[in-house]
Amino acid sequence: MTKATYREAVRAGLREALLGDPRVFLMGEDVGRYGGAYACSRGLLEEFGPERIRDTPLSESAFVGAGIGAALGGMRPIVEVMTVNFSLLALDQIVNNAATIRHMSGGQFSVPLVVRMATGGGRQVAAQHSHSLEGWYAHIPGIKVVTPATVTDAKGMLLAALKEPDPVFIFEHAYLYPTEGELDESAMVDLTRAAVRRSGRDVSIVTFGGSLWKALEAADRLAGQNIDAEVLDLRSLRPLDTSTILASVAKTHRAVVVDEGWRTGSFAAEVSAQIMEGGFYDLDGPVARVCSAEVPIPYPKHLEDAALPNVAAIVQAVRQLVKSRG
Amino acid sequence: MSLEIDRTKALDLLRQMLRIRRFEEKAAELYSLGKIRGFLHLYIGEEAVAVGAMQAFTQEDALVATYREHGQALLRGTPAGTLMAELYGKANGCARGRGGSMHFFDASRRFYGGMAIVGGGLPVAVGLALADKLQGKTRLTACFFGDGAVAEGEFHESLNLAALWKLPVLFLCENNRYAMGTALARHQAQPDVTLKAQAEGVAAEAVDGMDVLAVEKATKRAAESVRGGNGPYLLEYRTYRFRAHSMYDAELYRTKEEVEQWKQRDPIVIFEGQLREWKCLTSEDLAAMEAAIAAEIAAAVAEAEAGPWEPVEDLTKDVYTSEQF
Ligand SMILES: Cc1ncc(C[n+]2csc(CCOP(=O)(O)OP(=O)(O)O)c2C)c(N)n1
Ligand SMILES: [Mg+2]
Repeated sequence: MTKATYREAVRAGLREALLGDPRVFLMGEDVGRYGGAYACSRGLLEEFGPERIRDTPLSESAFVGAGIGAALGGMRPIVEVMTVNFSLLALDQIVNNAATIRHMSGGQFSVPLVVRMATGGGRQVAAQHSHSLEGWYAHIPGIKVVTPATVTDAKGMLLAALKEPDPVFIFEHAYLYPTEGELDESAMVDLTRAAVRRSGRDVSIVTFGGSLWKALEAADRLAGQNIDAEVLDLRSLRPLDTSTILASVAKTHRAVVVDEGWRTGSFAAEVSAQIMEGGFYDLDGPVARVCSAEVPIPYPKHLEDAALPNVAAIVQAVRQLVKSRG
Repeated sequence: MSLEIDRTKALDLLRQMLRIRRFEEKAAELYSLGKIRGFLHLYIGEEAVAVGAMQAFTQEDALVATYREHGQALLRGTPAGTLMAELYGKANGCARGRGGSMHFFDASRRFYGGMAIVGGGLPVAVGLALADKLQGKTRLTACFFGDGAVAEGEFHESLNLAALWKLPVLFLCENNRYAMGTALARHQAQPDVTLKAQAEGVAAEAVDGMDVLAVEKATKRAAESVRGGNGPYLLEYRTYRFRAHSMYDAELYRTKEEVEQWKQRDPIVIFEGQLREWKCLTSEDLAAMEAAIAAEIAAAVAEAEAGPWEPVEDLTKDVYTSEQF
């Protein structure tokens, strides 16, 4: 185990991938000279050269589409879209090409593409730079959607994604880049299983990505109030590890789902429905959700804090649910 | 060289450039103090572009700008205090504090933002011009964007649409040579923006964006053509950003020498020199100008400081309206 920041872990993953496979290359806006908008690729241009660390124009549709083409053509591209906000300009390529080509071609073609992007709010960058759309992407069959929350996953899921024959979208919460954690180099990192980050008896807090840390903090506070919360990190939204969720709920009988997406049509709604379908008779009360308020994310801190899921709201949702216990 | 414009007008151009510069220097200082947060993209070095260009518009014309829009908004007449309050995120800001630095709006001055997705303003500008054309109005829509935006499909699609439908749009490309850390020549096989415009059927020319008089002249000419019903026009202002892309970046992508060389062409210093040469400007004039600007900015900061925060209960206000339209 070594200490590393999330961004160092991503960089370590990129380096290992580039060193290990000559087919791997990285492309995206400002990944080279600038060193990456979040400094994840700092130093890689110098080490690997401009053929493999490719700065692109501001042409999201073209370079994501080119990633699809390069993957079809035998390479293992890693495409960095600076943030999920800008991935909207590449939606056509993602939804109509990346996600469909295998099935639509009768299984003839593989698109082994990895797309990384920053996601999430909490940095006071207002309505056009604070989207959390990973749940939205998880709606689409044909792509895989993962949300590494720990430094070990930040590195490990990238490497695991490169072994996949199908397109994998990695959502890195922008808030996490400077945070530090234990990087476990020997961990066997998979792309499919949810992880119990804290075990507990009274309630399951189900979450992913940047919200994991809020959920863990809420669980700490709840412990002081005699409520023993289990915290589940989904890690992958598609495919979704429903059995781990249901096993947790079977134990705790209560679930609160925390998701930075907007509440209506959120990924939390999907998790809730899965619990309803597969764990209804285990429940002692309705599934609760803590999501973002239904508003474009505002700039001032007090409003942004109120718009996004926060520790106090998670604690309150759990207390509300547990209040009824006999 | 002799005086090309009258003294009052000349001093006003200088004053406007200085006003933007000092406003932003203060904003940068307030950012370090934590009063302003999020992204803050400074226009420092590029002031001649907005100041020169805005001389060509009337209050009837519409403006669409980017996240680097403090200068345009100040010139448009939105009070400095209202803009400073927006930077603070206060409810007395020009967008009730909800937008911050990247999202200035002012309906009363037909200032349509403050758009922070690169290229995202161009189609909207086309639509504003379409609305004018359909309503038989002769005003124009001016749309500012950076050199980075020319790489987006929306740039090409918008120019074509505007040319095809002969819409009264002025496309104003602020070519400061970099899109964040990527130099124009490193992201465009054809780095001449005017040739791209011409290929879309849009009349275009490039101007020295460090020369406020040249910018004014070219923009007035282009605006006249657009007002004359000849369809859209593109101007490429060749300029330079003296500061980081946003408040901080490591500036790995350019040398200190390059920045220093461009600073030799500081549009304010150059114009000041010209005015002195033409005997239009004395040290007393300049001192008086600086003092008035300093007072205005101090008052703007006070207004921002004193402004109220929007109540949390109003968080979801204005997502929709229930008012009849
Ligand atoms: C579609 C999109 N992609 C990426 C970004 C991130 N980004 C913000 S500004 C910028 C550079 C834009 O450069 P340019 O258009 O030249 O404007 P400048 O900042 O130089 O004024 C980038 C890449 C964005 N805001 N929108
Ligand atoms: Mg630029």
